[in-house]
Amino acid sequence: MSISLPHALAVWRRNAAMYRRTWWLNILPNFFEPVLYLAAIGIGVGGYISQMGGMSYLQFLAPGLLCVAAMNGASFEVTYNIFVRLTFEKSYDAMLTTPIEPDDVLVGEVLWAITRSCIYGGCFFVVIGLWGLVPRPAALLALPLIPLTGLLFAAFGVAFTLRIPNIDLFSFYFTLFLTPLFLFSDIFFPLKDRLSGAWLWVAEVLPLLHPVRMVRAAFAGDASLVLLWDLVYILALSILLLAWARRSIRRRLTS
Amino acid sequence: MIVELLSVSKRFGDRAAVDEVTLEVSPGLCFGLLGPNGAGKTTTLRMIYGVTRPTSGSIRVFGRDIATERRRVRARVGVTLQQTVLIEALSPLENLRVFGRYHLLREPELSRRARELINFFELGSHATMPVRQLSGGFQRRLAIAQSLINAPDLLILDEPTTGLDPAVRLALWSRIRELRATGTSILLTTHYMDEAQRLCDRVAIMSLGKIISEGAPAELIESRLAPEAVEFDCAPQDEAAFLDDIPLPAHRLRVGRRLMIYLDDATALAAHVRQRDPRDRRSLVVRPTNLEDVFLSLTGTNLEWQQ
Repeated sequence: MSISLPHALAVWRRNAAMYRRTWWLNILPNFFEPVLYLAAIGIGVGGYISQMGGMSYLQFLAPGLLCVAAMNGASFEVTYNIFVRLTFEKSYDAMLTTPIEPDDVLVGEVLWAITRSCIYGGCFFVVIGLWGLVPRPAALLALPLIPLTGLLFAAFGVAFTLRIPNIDLFSFYFTLFLTPLFLFSDIFFPLKDRLSGAWLWVAEVLPLLHPVRMVRAAFAGDASLVLLWDLVYILALSILLLAWARRSIRRRLTS
Repeated sequence: MIVELLSVSKRFGDRAAVDEVTLEVSPGLCFGLLGPNGAGKTTTLRMIYGVTRPTSGSIRVFGRDIATERRRVRARVGVTLQQTVLIEALSPLENLRVFGRYHLLREPELSRRARELINFFELGSHATMPVRQLSGGFQRRLAIAQSLINAPDLLILDEPTTGLDPAVRLALWSRIRELRATGTSILLTTHYMDEAQRLCDRVAIMSLGKIISEGAPAELIESRLAPEAVEFDCAPQDEAAFLDDIPLPAHRLRVGRRLMIYLDDATALAAHVRQRDPRDRRSLVVRPTNLEDVFLSLTGTNLEWQQ
């Protein structure tokens, strides 16, 4: 059965109705987190670094951390929250008594995760803007990359969540998947300065590398063909993961 | 027919959860599926509203094939799940509005309908406080209210009153009867035979995935057993001696030490037991025969035991 967007939006609105309840509690940490990173690493560590990638260390960090904010915004939503709704609260079983189908649930949840990534990433963008770390109008092109990053990590998270039997396995997802991506995706240091030829090719598999490179290009105001590869990578992998998640959610919710 | 099942089976691996069930539910009635936990009631319901696909057989709801017209059918069905599913941080009104959107209801219809249901289920005093602060009885009423948000033609209730106290059960039963009176067809499962007897026009008794008997509650009782029941404790080896000098009644059932005897007039037997057992050590009970007895006579086990 095909996807019905109105029904997917009803799923989205369920989450929005809950979020609205506590938005001021949720949104404050979104402002603090980037400030903390920028202060500790950008100013603290950056104080020992005269420049990196041809700019101040703070300027180097900002675009990468913008992608991390988008990644985290989506990831929390599609991991713990979906697992709880699926297993403990049985929210999806209730939805499926209405005209909503498993595909609509998946689309609604992914749209909501993208929304959360936009809230997270948007807050971060405002902070770095006020900090004077958005160098040129072309950097505004980074804004549509926030939901794109959200899509990719919503797809990863939901595909993982629908496959695991118990909630403890999320610690693997966070510490063995998201944390290494956070550390090695061109955010804290330029990979090309540290890796030699063949390894640079291997690094291309890192999913977070691609949005980071695109946001960095927007901030620097230069375009190149490699960005097309980044875009194709993000879209193709998202589609693949969502197709897999679609099979899983059908199996989990209808049997 | 509102619901038609034609030799429907559902297997999970080797186990047949539902085994060749054929069933028809006529409009405007309250139909009960009875049986112990694990009899296949919930699986049958899930197949009727289309989230579980039968391994074989066909199901039509409102004359439509549930395999191909799930969205259409579910738009006219309301389902209350066994587990109460609510958003605890939101109020009853907000819960109803969220659920109404699953059916694509829009304002002002959405709020009007939510208000109506709040009134119908007497939730007005708690309409705006978070659901997590409500008692189990209130939450259950809200869960049923939720499944009525689309004004369904068919209401499916999976064990609507399990775990509720007697006062709340009585209140819910009267709401369910009112709904039926206004033309809503109702399909419910229960393992409480008294619930089925009070609410249902027709019942089907399920055991181990099969329907073993079907009919109006009174008919079922009448066709299988005499109208009065006498039950008391009596070990199998004492039975013959204890009942020696009275004419042997037709129907007798036993669960462990508990002996149940069914007859047209219980007076003589009750007097006999009282005379033999003046201090009531055998916990004598004289009562009308009920569906529980029918189930026992059909399966040889009692409901609690099969669980």
